[in-house]
Amino acid sequence: MKSLASWFHRRGWRDLIIGIPYLWLIVFFLIPFLIVVAMSLATRTPTAPPFGYGGANPILNFEGYARLFTETLYIRAFITSLMNAAVATVICLIIGYPMALGLTRVSKSWRNILLMLVILPFWTSFLLRVYAWMGMMGRNSWFNGLLTDIWNLLTPQSYALTSIPMMNSNFAVVLVMVYCYLPFMILPLYANLERLDPVLDEAAMDLGSRPFQVFRDVTLPQSIPGIIAGAMLVFIPAAGELVIPALVGNPSSPMIGRIISDEFAQVRDWPMASTVAVALLILMVGPTMLYSRYQQKAEGRAEERP
Amino acid sequence: MSEPVLPENAPFIRIEGVSKRFGQFEAVRDVSLTIGKGEIFALLGGSGCGKTTLLRMLAGFETPTSGRIFIDGQDMADTPPWDRPVHMMFQSYAIFPHMSVEKNIAYGLKHEKMTAARRAARVEEMLALVQLTPFAKRKPHQISGGQRQRVALARALARQPKVLLLDEPLAALDKKLREHTQFELMSIQQNTGVTFVVVTHDQEEAMTLADRIAVMDKGEVKQVGPANQIYEYPNSRFVAGFIGAISTYPARVIRLTGDLTEIDIPAMGGTFAARSLPGLTEGQTVTVALRPEKVSISKTCPDAVNVVEGQVKDLAYFGKDSLYRVILPGGDLISVHTVNARRASESGRPADWDDRVWLSFEPASAILLTD
Repeated sequence: MKSLASWFHRRGWRDLIIGIPYLWLIVFFLIPFLIVVAMSLATRTPTAPPFGYGGANPILNFEGYARLFTETLYIRAFITSLMNAAVATVICLIIGYPMALGLTRVSKSWRNILLMLVILPFWTSFLLRVYAWMGMMGRNSWFNGLLTDIWNLLTPQSYALTSIPMMNSNFAVVLVMVYCYLPFMILPLYANLERLDPVLDEAAMDLGSRPFQVFRDVTLPQSIPGIIAGAMLVFIPAAGELVIPALVGNPSSPMIGRIISDEFAQVRDWPMASTVAVALLILMVGPTMLYSRYQQKAEGRAEERP
Repeated sequence: MSEPVLPENAPFIRIEGVSKRFGQFEAVRDVSLTIGKGEIFALLGGSGCGKTTLLRMLAGFETPTSGRIFIDGQDMADTPPWDRPVHMMFQSYAIFPHMSVEKNIAYGLKHEKMTAARRAARVEEMLALVQLTPFAKRKPHQISGGQRQRVALARALARQPKVLLLDEPLAALDKKLREHTQFELMSIQQNTGVTFVVVTHDQEEAMTLADRIAVMDKGEVKQVGPANQIYEYPNSRFVAGFIGAISTYPARVIRLTGDLTEIDIPAMGGTFAARSLPGLTEGQTVTVALRPEKVSISKTCPDAVNVVEGQVKDLAYFGKDSLYRVILPGGDLISVHTVNARRASESGRPADWDDRVWLSFEPASAILLTD
């Protein structure tokens, strides 16, 4: 008993404090995930809950995983999701990088105002913002009208349009995703760029580099961890996004989130829905591991710095 | 201000009436300097005196509000930093953290038209110059502070600049490394012949390193000259006080007699002889300044021109030398520095606490300051 008390005194508190987040992850992530994995291997039954193991069916049913690779619905859904998410991520990076860089170059007071503006959209409901875009993209909106006028001005008569069909397309999905996820790109990039020493830019300039070369040789290589962090924060939720494609997407080429939701709620095929969810998670683990490896490297470097 | 001492060689850097204002604040005020080729020139001053701003204007990071800067005969007004024949060694070294030692040194050479083999050879040469050859592949976070400084030096020298600007080159090093690096910098300067402009707040660093020093205060250059001239012949109270220890007292000119001036120093309760300054008039108030090592102390009245009696208030014995603080007749204190050239008798020191002592100094040692 005495040794237990001394052990607790020596290590207990530390282990307890480190243990709390692990416990949280186990209870709220690992166990539910294992339930989903188990469900993905069950067989669909007309009972409640609508799945079961054994009986007339195989104990573990791998049919769902086989369907993933054979049915075009799933293959297409994965490709659409990954493509939309990838395009949205790249556009977020192209728009977000100059914004993040700009934030680091303005005066302190301006910086706070601009950072506030970046975060400001979060103050309204996410759903409301998507609805706003639906209104903007609709055929009778001023926004659509404006774009139509520009289109008609720039193209020959034979291509003239009365309105641009934006809604219910992958274009609409990417546009709204870029709008909604842009802050997730800007903020980690800003956090990264803000830490870079401006003297390094001067040093490169001093050694003969023009501003563009300074950016290419000094700023960009040092901001890779920020780019990866931002890309992960945009790509992962975008790939599994449900609401945006459901509201503005093309119903005939659904994304993964839509498939999972439909399989659960409409088709009531819980094992298949679980299978798709597991597959999506496995797909996302790869990039996440890449990210954490990069972060470890960056942290290791920071620690070794005297 | 005394006439600026011209460098031995033709002026290589010419700074003509340069001022720099940041809003209402005048960081540099009407500075004119000439720096010779191959010279080690120090800009010395406290923080905020404008020395770093002046250095940054030479590098091209700041534009003068007025005035012109010529380097090797060329007006630098429209030359951006990347086109100047000037490289800088930054105070923080500014080593690129994502590049190896080798890549850091090679960075400036990217912009030179040279073959890959020639470039590699130049990097090798630089690594050897700063004795970092075994560390070529290391990343900056894997080497020590002193080594990082040498990387910064090699990187700045690799492109063979005409001028090397050094911003507080020794400030971040510990005492032992400082002395070593100081001599290393001097030998590298001699071997390469590059003009060095060093910014420092450390007077000892400036005096040992530099051929000539410009003492700056509040954006202005107070005095320019070799170390010994600035130390022995300061032209203002600021310079006298900034470089080395000194005791100053108000005084009044009584009589001008050729080389010597008779002055009344109330703090010492009498009249004394000092070497005259051009332009002095009888009755003028001046400041008399005495370096501690120029004053002798003894328990018997010496046979000297300038003698004053005092009482020892404090003394610090350092072994090879001693520092006394002596109360003058007027109540002021004077510092006296003596070298303990002879072994003291066992009974004690030449003078002790509260002893009555005689102080004396040469007329030539008394520095008269009108500013």
